[in-house]
Amino acid sequence: MSATTKLTATRLNRLFLAGELSAEEIVEAYIERIQAVDGQVGAYLTVTAAEARERARKLDARRKAGDTDLGPLAGVPIAIKDNICTQGIRTTCASRILENFVPPYDATVVSRLQAAGAIIIGKTNLDEFAMGSSTENSAFQVTRNPWDLSRVPGGSSGGSAAAVAADLCAAALGSDTGGSIRQPAALCGVVGLKPTYGAVSRYGLVAFASSLDQIGPITKDVADAALLLSVIAGHDRRDSTSHPDADRLQRIQLSGDASLSGVRVGVPREYFAQGVEPGVRQAVEEAIAKLRELGATVDEVSLPHTEYALDAYYIVATAEASSNLARYDGVRYGLRAEADSLLEMYLRTRQQGFGLEVKRRIMLGTYALSAGYYDAYYKKAQQVRTLVIRDFEAAFRRFDVLVAPTSPTVAWGLGERVEDPLAMYMADILTLPANLAGLPAISIPCGLSQGLPVGLQIIGRHFDEPTVLRVAYAYEKATQHHQARPALGQ
Amino acid sequence: MSREYEIVVGLEVHVELATKSKIFCGCSTAFGAEPNTQTCPVCLGMPGTLPVLNQQALEYAIRAGLALNCTINKYSKFDRKQYFYPDLPKGYQISQHDLPLCEHGYVEIDTPEGPRRIGIRRIHLEEDAGKNIHAGDNIASAQASYIDLNRCGVPLIEIVTEPDIRSPEEARAFLEKLRSILIYAGVSEAKLQEGQMRADVNVSVRPKGSTALGTRTELKNLGSFRSVVRAIEYEARRQWEALQRGEEIVQETRAFDEERGITLSLRSKEEAHDYRYFPEPDLPPIVLTDAEIERIRAQLPELPDARKRRYMEAYGLSAYDAGVIVRDKAVADFFEAAVAAYGKGAEGAKTVANWVINELARILNEKNAELAQTPLTPDHLVGMLKLVDAGTISGKIAKDVFAEMVETGKSAEEIVKEKGLVQLTDEAALAEIALQVIEANPKAVEDWKKGKATAAQFLVGQMMKATRGRANPQLANKVIRAKLAEVTGVTNE
Ligand SMILES: [Zn+2]
Repeated sequence: MSATTKLTATRLNRLFLAGELSAEEIVEAYIERIQAVDGQVGAYLTVTAAEARERARKLDARRKAGDTDLGPLAGVPIAIKDNICTQGIRTTCASRILENFVPPYDATVVSRLQAAGAIIIGKTNLDEFAMGSSTENSAFQVTRNPWDLSRVPGGSSGGSAAAVAADLCAAALGSDTGGSIRQPAALCGVVGLKPTYGAVSRYGLVAFASSLDQIGPITKDVADAALLLSVIAGHDRRDSTSHPDADRLQRIQLSGDASLSGVRVGVPREYFAQGVEPGVRQAVEEAIAKLRELGATVDEVSLPHTEYALDAYYIVATAEASSNLARYDGVRYGLRAEADSLLEMYLRTRQQGFGLEVKRRIMLGTYALSAGYYDAYYKKAQQVRTLVIRDFEAAFRRFDVLVAPTSPTVAWGLGERVEDPLAMYMADILTLPANLAGLPAISIPCGLSQGLPVGLQIIGRHFDEPTVLRVAYAYEKATQHHQARPALGQ
Repeated sequence: MSREYEIVVGLEVHVELATKSKIFCGCSTAFGAEPNTQTCPVCLGMPGTLPVLNQQALEYAIRAGLALNCTINKYSKFDRKQYFYPDLPKGYQISQHDLPLCEHGYVEIDTPEGPRRIGIRRIHLEEDAGKNIHAGDNIASAQASYIDLNRCGVPLIEIVTEPDIRSPEEARAFLEKLRSILIYAGVSEAKLQEGQMRADVNVSVRPKGSTALGTRTELKNLGSFRSVVRAIEYEARRQWEALQRGEEIVQETRAFDEERGITLSLRSKEEAHDYRYFPEPDLPPIVLTDAEIERIRAQLPELPDARKRRYMEAYGLSAYDAGVIVRDKAVADFFEAAVAAYGKGAEGAKTVANWVINELARILNEKNAELAQTPLTPDHLVGMLKLVDAGTISGKIAKDVFAEMVETGKSAEEIVKEKGLVQLTDEAALAEIALQVIEANPKAVEDWKKGKATAAQFLVGQMMKATRGRANPQLANKVIRAKLAEVTGVTNE
């Protein structure tokens, strides 16, 4: 198996620009790897081999012609979660209702990746409409954890995380509404970054919960996460919630200085409460010790409203989802069921088009917004959200970053939680507060428990991705955990 | 129960703003294009697309609020109003629910009892929906339904009044004044025939003298002022008669059947939609500063009431005349341009006003046309007035010339030349005609001899007839008296 697919995006780009590897060679190596391994993993819903080859040829031609402005991701094959629109390429959201939907436009992130020279290699599996924590809610296929094919990769960006972990792409994009980048990154032993809300344009990201959704990179190391972020971040006038400060994130420089002296690290007590597996706790505590060793000052902090965050999250997220998914009505695009009346057409289309979890969330959200229930649910949830934000504001007056486990557990067995939605929802308990508060948070590998990866979560202030990445980078350089790779197909 | 009742009406008026592009995307708002040619992924509600607020629409809405004496809220927000319908691509309409852009305004209308203020409760910004087209005579027998989304996303303001309107005539007066103000403010063209202004009407009745509000019904989507008047008339009578029979009024939504002139129940309060409003997460709240609001206020064009006062003060026009002229901005602009070109100050203004109020209004009314649909320009009128002043044509001929100008767009000079309408001012020629008239009317001559001065007026009329109105009236009068004195030896004053 080619060593090419093990390389980071940063390294591949250097080799390509230096003429040591052609884009075609790179693309062929990945296609070969996908053909050999993805049958077992199931990371991709669509592999865009022909388009990738075509693009590789063009990049090679440009490089040979002396073009020196090929971009920081030139020659780098990147996988895109299949809820991010790609012009001319099917974008399904892993849902029957969009099974044959081909967008006539690119998401802003896709345009930005392409402008930076990236090669889109395929579209990855997810929980339908990003609703889930195991990727088992896909209408089309199961994705398996490359570390143990009997286990889930996490979710909802399970396809992207598994693809990066199994060397099926150099890096990938995911989306994170309650942990959907960080949690699968943790379970698959790779790096996953959820940027600040408003840092990356949501234009072209099929909305699940608009006030929480954020696109971010899933990569093999921290340097790649910084590189991808610098490419996809930035103000976009097509997304009114994108922030002008986002442009600052296009110039992130990772310091070679491994010292964390002067960095104040807070450890939120509530994130180590019941439900966190001993093995996870141990790996994270060792990581915290390492941060202290690197010069950081570490102290405990309380985020007292954490226990209400899960309830608030599931009300806000389902309320917004119930509204965002109303457009799939069979009228203009996507699935349309045959029927004799308009109402019947609506009912059948949505009955046939949506999976169980999506229907469950639409019903929950519709209920929460109904006359007479709005104040008790949606309004109350927004008040809790404000309290969660205030907890973080208070903590960030004392600390530069907060660290915690990403997931309370390591990857669990396929099918184990399918019948128990509450257990599934608990998987996001440590990640969703950052979404409620719109904060940047990264998950990086910090060792193994029971032979499976554990993720360390680092949460920062709004638009302080530089500090989050600095801490992550220093930790990564001081440890070997990110180099651990599954044995799959080796 | 008392025989006399009072009508209580509140209006919800939807007005299309005059922006070139839609409220949340760059598509054109032009009327009459081929179906679905003015659409894009955003207004089609494609997955992943997001709305971006058209700043011009926001500015127009603020301007409308200021023109209607509203407070502009410095913090307002958008909400989603959710329901399923094929002409609503996203499954929700982006509107404003609990924090509208403007509140607490009023419009002053003229009533037989004097001016009255109709309160404006709120004005909010929202997007229009598309249009369903049914292939067939009606929705029940239609073989297919088609959807045109050109209109989907066109910016609207919804203006909600207080229940201050007390008669169908007041409702019409309010709507006419509202339309006039919005056109003056430049925020809407408010073309009724293109559906740019539509009203929902809330109607209730109560015994005269009562201050309690009765149960109301809502009449949906009336597209003309005439329909509003007829619908209120019918609905108020229906409610009162029901009450007289001891029935209760059901709070419900009703439709007005234009052909039969009656209202019909659409759905009861219990069947009303639960719109599940919640804040639109894709758009940040609208936050305005005093400076921004004042900048827009400073740019507010002159409104009809101010213009009316100016006409009264500057030109000495009566309140009635000034009111008639300002009602239609195009007419008022025409009037002002004509007064300026005519250049005779207040006197000239009165002359112009007379023509505008009498002849122009009459012709437009007869043709059921707007001024803009005719080729008439201020220069036309001024050219004609100068011919009158120079004595080239008589005032009577001028009316014919004016009508001809409105019809053909030719100048007064051209018309006069073509039709040989030049006034007869040649005294000798007129004397000749006077003699003929005297010979042909011996009875009038006898009257003159008996001292009846009015005989001269009759004979002038005969001279005008003989010259098809071309005789200069003053000169004709002078000549006929001279000739009568000459022939009869009698002089009458
Ligand atoms: Zn559009």
